[in-house]
Amino acid sequence: MFDLLQYTFIQNALIAAILASIACGIIGSYVVVKKIVFISGGIAHASFGGIGLGYYLGINPMFGLLPFSLLSALVMGTVSRKSKIPEDSAIGILWSLGMALGVIFVYLTPGYAADLTTYLFGNILTVPRIDLYLMLALDIIIVGSVYLLYKEFLALCFDEEFTTVQGVPTEKLYLFLLCIIALTIVVLIKVVGIILVIALLTIPATLSRKFTHNLKKMMLISTAFGTVISVTGIGLSYALDVPSGATIILVLSFVYGLVAVGMDMFEGRLSLKS
Amino acid sequence: MEKVIELKDVWVRYGTQTVLEAVNLELKEANGLLGVIGPNGGGKTTLLKVLLGLLKPCKGNVKIFGKPPEKSRDLVGYVPQYRRFDFDFPISVWEVVLTGRMSHTGFLKKYSEEDKKAAEEALRTVEMFELKDRQIGQLSGGQRQRVFIARALATNPKLLLLDEPNSGLDPHMQDELYRLLNKLKQEMAIIMVTHDLSAVSVYVDRIACLNRTLHYHNSKEIPVEDLEATYQCPVELIAHGVPHRVLERHKGSS
Repeated sequence: MFDLLQYTFIQNALIAAILASIACGIIGSYVVVKKIVFISGGIAHASFGGIGLGYYLGINPMFGLLPFSLLSALVMGTVSRKSKIPEDSAIGILWSLGMALGVIFVYLTPGYAADLTTYLFGNILTVPRIDLYLMLALDIIIVGSVYLLYKEFLALCFDEEFTTVQGVPTEKLYLFLLCIIALTIVVLIKVVGIILVIALLTIPATLSRKFTHNLKKMMLISTAFGTVISVTGIGLSYALDVPSGATIILVLSFVYGLVAVGMDMFEGRLSLKS
Repeated sequence: MEKVIELKDVWVRYGTQTVLEAVNLELKEANGLLGVIGPNGGGKTTLLKVLLGLLKPCKGNVKIFGKPPEKSRDLVGYVPQYRRFDFDFPISVWEVVLTGRMSHTGFLKKYSEEDKKAAEEALRTVEMFELKDRQIGQLSGGQRQRVFIARALATNPKLLLLDEPNSGLDPHMQDELYRLLNKLKQEMAIIMVTHDLSAVSVYVDRIACLNRTLHYHNSKEIPVEDLEATYQCPVELIAHGVPHRVLERHKGSS
């Protein structure tokens, strides 16, 4: 097993798993407690437009993805709140609009769009070094923002209206949170891909919520869960020669199911006793 | 002495629907409890949102302590309807109450010692300091309501706004709540929106009826006509064992 660690691609995969787990542990906690899973999924899927654009322009798709995901976050955050149609309908429209743009861009790109499935489904075993640097830089921005805005984000997630009354610019803060979510999605893309990214944003955080009532601890536990489970997933996918992204999600879902059922049974037994 | 509240000809519309129509309200007294009663959908919560600056009226003038609502936020405490919360939220009583200090702390800054002192004092006022480390979901309905009042008090408000604070509370808890408000109203002006007429009769000093239009007479007796105009149906109030009357004496009765 330790022989594997000599391979650069395995080392890169492990570094990527840790960087991704930090981002999804922290930001996933906000996504779960503020109940913005759907809009986060929307931002992720709409960002496919950016990947298509990257292919079309002949640049690294990651650099098409980054600005496009931020744009998706801003547009989605603004439109879903200001438009007269229900928020979830607005998100649904923009979600598919972004994806459709991506499909057209990829179609218009001359030749074969190599590695397209990497962006859709992830492939942590092929993460190049440049992507690792990008992930590291984004992680630093994410952790720094949350460190500076912890009190504001906590208040925003718990009670947005009251926070507005306290004079905090909550609309801008909410848009900023969505932008941070967009950056997190960029970090996670290589691990599980656009289609599955929402699993990394929700499962570790939902799981850690079962163990604590403190948001900071929730972020830490969630990061730990993410790291252990994604490393397990990488090992399994290597051993069984199956796609890594999907394997990580399957392990996550399996662990979640186990913990949920286990805790229910445990609590059920306790309540029967008393 | 500047007026606590001054609303002049305030109109609010959602789309084509008029929710508040030509509302005038002047509150000069710096303490005491004003009860705003009215049917559901009568604009009670909208009125509070206008006072808080969360909602811009399409017409009219709003002044809180002589300033627009957005400029007087450090003087106003707000207790929203509590049933809209997610009580599974990972936040402690202490963290909740501290958020009531944000208008004083400032953006990007950590809570100061002064903030912590104010939060502690607010929790002691509502007798919840011992439970400060509890997660918000691990409290009873009445305790939770007191925490939200503490959060509003942490602001050190001169005006306290409460939206249906009694809903979801059992009679015993409601009684506790009103006794707390009775204590607080010595030091600040309180406006409580409610549909609980019986409670209003005992504890309020002034009463207003709101159903799109506002009837306010700076007293705690409502003319029957106003009440019936508000509810648009005959209202019968039986004030049993109550030290004050809610309704005027009917004409002709002794």
